[in-house]
Amino acid sequence: MRDPGTRASARRRALDLGFQAVALVILCLALAALGALIVDVWRDGASRLSWDFLTSFPSRRPADAGIWHALTGSIVVILVTAALAAPIGVGAAIYLEEYGSRSLLARLVEINITNLAAVPSIIYGLLGLGLFVRALGMGRSVLAGASTLALLVLPMIILATREALRAVPPSIREGSYALGATRWQTVWYQVLPVALPGILTGAILALSRAIGETAPLITIGALTFVAFAPDGLWSPFTVLPIQIFNWVSRPQPAFQVNAAAAILVLLALLLTMNGAAIWLRDRYQRKQA
Amino acid sequence: MSSPAPPVRSLAGLTRSSAEPEADRPPKIQVDALNFFYGATRALQDITLRIQPNLVTAFIGPSGCGKSTFLRALNRMNDIIPGTRVEGRVLIDASDIYGPGVDVVALRRRVGMVFQKSNPFPKSIFDNVAYGLRINGMAGSRSELAGRVEESLRQAALWDEVSDRLHVSALTLSGGQQQRLCIARALAIRPDILLMDEPASALDPIATQRIEELVYELKQAYTIVIVTHNMQQAARVSDHTAFFWLGRLIEYDRTDRIFTNPAEKLTEDYVTGRFG
Repeated sequence: MRDPGTRASARRRALDLGFQAVALVILCLALAALGALIVDVWRDGASRLSWDFLTSFPSRRPADAGIWHALTGSIVVILVTAALAAPIGVGAAIYLEEYGSRSLLARLVEINITNLAAVPSIIYGLLGLGLFVRALGMGRSVLAGASTLALLVLPMIILATREALRAVPPSIREGSYALGATRWQTVWYQVLPVALPGILTGAILALSRAIGETAPLITIGALTFVAFAPDGLWSPFTVLPIQIFNWVSRPQPAFQVNAAAAILVLLALLLTMNGAAIWLRDRYQRKQA
Repeated sequence: MSSPAPPVRSLAGLTRSSAEPEADRPPKIQVDALNFFYGATRALQDITLRIQPNLVTAFIGPSGCGKSTFLRALNRMNDIIPGTRVEGRVLIDASDIYGPGVDVVALRRRVGMVFQKSNPFPKSIFDNVAYGLRINGMAGSRSELAGRVEESLRQAALWDEVSDRLHVSALTLSGGQQQRLCIARALAIRPDILLMDEPASALDPIATQRIEELVYELKQAYTIVIVTHNMQQAARVSDHTAFFWLGRLIEYDRTDRIFTNPAEKLTEDYVTGRFG
């Protein structure tokens, strides 16, 4: 006997397949653009990649130039940025989510944070120049650069942390309160551990955006040519994106090759950070399962 | 409804008020004219009742009748929900828990709670039970802590099933075991009163039976208040039963009377399954 619903369900299956196909094509388009970029950069720069390239200082002769100063600069700046932005961002999010989430002030703050996350990064550069470099007298130092980047990623860390805190089931909070826990004990012992994978992921993704930033650091006066690795918080510095920008703007074709190789290193650094985010998330999720 | 506590009765049952089982001891919990609001909605209307120590008191009534709200008013768990307001008094051991300067944290330590859906923390079995002891500074040494954890798990009739895997995640336990773990967790900090909000509603009949046996044993040491949807359960485990309807306390009496000879027509209709 023929099921009267067969034709309708066949059409639904066809629609389902069709939608799947469209989604796949869109995904392929997105991946193709990214793939083309990587292949292009790889062809230009792979031949230049070597241990010497990583460990050499800049030079007027493209064949001798390396990225040691910029690579260490990027890593030191991002570590200091993380040390500044993570505690402040997570703390602010905890306050907004666990303590003040209903007050008018908290809602105003929330709207502003969402807006701040969309402000162009060069504006942060101008703020950093006025506040950290000049008013606070930090000069063109690692600390000034990291402070500027910390301001830039702070809204993203706050938003990601709030999302992670919000995803913690209310039943866990209730269970803790019912045992006579204070709000602080509930947040510290129950809510934060559950939210940690989400917070880490959000923070690392925000930092991997910061590591690719150029404009705010140029604005605050990070140097485009330094012949040394940073040796402290007050040291002048440069970072990979600035070095790349510098090389790309040179007329000699050999510097373009250097730029491509530096881009590959930056991509590898980003991949490492994002990989670490995924690894950390999985590790904590498995611990809780 | 607001008549003073009846004096000791020598001939129990000859006279009774429809909203008060006879009492021979001072009440553990005394509620006077309690009103509760979610925003502008009044969820509880003029509730007055006394709960006796070392008995099991069941709250029954259809969904949305306010019985869970009332239960959560007894350890101020409703405080967590924004926009709620309480009027009236709740006295536990004769002191008002809504009075000025009351330490809510200390109150919840004395009035434990078990929730409808078991909510173990995503930590080990041991850490779940030890948490309350640790945060309240009740565990002196490691061995003392381990002893209290074992004692609590035994009280909750869970020890034999988990003694060899105390450091395994609590989320690996079955639903019934998780709920008994939550009971053990509540017992660990030695409360006076245990509030249970439909503790067996998500469990199969065998797990339910274990919880009911547990309730029966625990009343030796605790005052237990249990909200239940299940009339047979109320009849089996409780000594007193309060019937709530649309935010009002309709009838409160000895459980056998509520189920065999209720004073109110509404109660009779509900317990015989004519509505609900």
